[in-house]
Amino acid sequence: MDWGALHTILGGVNKHSTSIGKIWLTVLFIFRIMILVVAAERVWGDEQDDFVCNTLQPGCRNVCYDHFFPISHIRLWALQLIFVSTPALLVAMHVAYRRHEKKRQFRKGDQKCEYKDIEEIRKQRFRIEGSLWWTYTSSIFFRLIFEAVFMYAFYFMYDGFRMPRLMKCNAWPCPNTVDCFVSRPTEKTVFTIFMIAVSSICILLNVAELCYLLTKFFLRRSKKAGNSKQQPNHEDKEETKQNEMNELISDSCQNTVIGFSS
Amino acid sequence: MNWAGLYTVLSGVNRHSTAIGRIWLSVIFIFRIMVLVVAAESVWGDEKSAFTCNTQQPGCNSVCYDHFFPISHIRLWALQLILVTTPALLVAMHVAYQQHQEKKLLVLTGHGDAKHMEEVKKHKMRIAGSLWWTYVCSVVFRLLFEAVFMYIFYMLYPGYQMMRLVKCEAYPCPNTVDCFISRPTEKTIFTVFMLVTSSVCIVLNMAELVYLVVRACARRGQHNSNPSSAKGSFYGHKHSSEYKQNEINQLLTEQDGSLKDMLRRNSGLQEKGDRCSAC
Repeated sequence: MDWGALHTILGGVNKHSTSIGKIWLTVLFIFRIMILVVAAERVWGDEQDDFVCNTLQPGCRNVCYDHFFPISHIRLWALQLIFVSTPALLVAMHVAYRRHEKKRQFRKGDQKCEYKDIEEIRKQRFRIEGSLWWTYTSSIFFRLIFEAVFMYAFYFMYDGFRMPRLMKCNAWPCPNTVDCFVSRPTEKTVFTIFMIAVSSICILLNVAELCYLLTKFFLRRSKKAGNSKQQPNHEDKEETKQNEMNELISDSCQNTVIGFSS
Repeated sequence: MNWAGLYTVLSGVNRHSTAIGRIWLSVIFIFRIMVLVVAAESVWGDEKSAFTCNTQQPGCNSVCYDHFFPISHIRLWALQLILVTTPALLVAMHVAYQQHQEKKLLVLTGHGDAKHMEEVKKHKMRIAGSLWWTYVCSVVFRLLFEAVFMYIFYMLYPGYQMMRLVKCEAYPCPNTVDCFISRPTEKTIFTVFMLVTSSVCIVLNMAELVYLVVRACARRGQHNSNPSSAKGSFYGHKHSSEYKQNEINQLLTEQDGSLKDMLRRNSGLQEKGDRCSAC
């Protein structure tokens, strides 16, 4: 179970996302997860082995490393990416639930009838409206919260986003204040800034998606209110057409059953 | 065979689980197994090489490490995750057995064509009858394993916190020697994280158990209150495939006995069916 498996799981969610959501997912996988796996893990690979302190006192190096790096950048990013990508599974679960309900409705008819339709149900893309809209919006909201929390945690733990070359340590058992040198500080600073920048882009994309969904919602509502005054029948809507088709199909299935049994 | 292999095996079980069971499986794979593989293994990667003791005495380092870490956290978690996920295979086996029985029944009743066989494979089994008991047992075992491992963790590493310094006086260390653990804070953070997710999984399992028991009691209550109306509806209803499936399931769950009994019942069913078409 690794990033590839997460990609497989989330790839399915992609179908039911908005365009901005699809862009966000691409940015997440290419500019964050891939960079983490392919580049950043190498940079931080020797972080403890090459953390050198100007002392021969056994244990001083361990203690100073632990004092300055309570949790490594790499692990924090891994946790951030896991938490940020999992709200999308709420949407996947909701879609699966809707599909299950539709399949149940079709199964009330004849077996021959349902075979083709189940395939259609499986392939069908659900519109983001009704309760699915709320689930989707909540997932975006959670994503934003997790991104913000992790960025704050980063800033709080490492006093800004720059990696210093030298750290002064006087934790026990170090005899006095001891100079400790971090390995590859500039490269680490570069990658930290890169990941922060991409994280900010993801936050912007999420905010844009939220605005887009809200705008769509209000537009649809005002259209509905306007239409209900002018035209009582909503024959032009795709949703109503779909409902009618569903009714016709289930009616014809029942008729076929009655026809066969008699 | 690695975690991906386990994921493949357990994804099949997912279909026959309750909604809570599916959530539990997602939590296990994303928040426990994935975090273990992607993050925790690299934190504990240098646990022995970076375990430093304030001594030059050969062997003291190894002995002290072994004394304080009889089994590493990572290995304990791996064992825990394997043992916790495998009871679900009981359910998978039972479902496979039921599907096999259904296929045999279909062949005997003359519906042994490929389409019906596919239908048996694809349709979701209801968690009722003996399958309910198997499912409940698997949930109970999961709970048991989770609790046992959490207790073992607490016994081996009291307080769940990783100390920076441990004092060791095992032979051949000359005196009491200071030993320093690598990355104690990071290890504490991950230990607490895994503990929290383990607790979440325990809560989900309990909720699933309560849900199954309540559903069974409700179904029983419904069955007891409507015995006559069920018969009436049997004669009057249209032949829905769901009803037929329920009949087959009931036949299979009520009869744990031989095939002959099934045949006997099956011919009885056909007679009833003939009577029904005459109505």
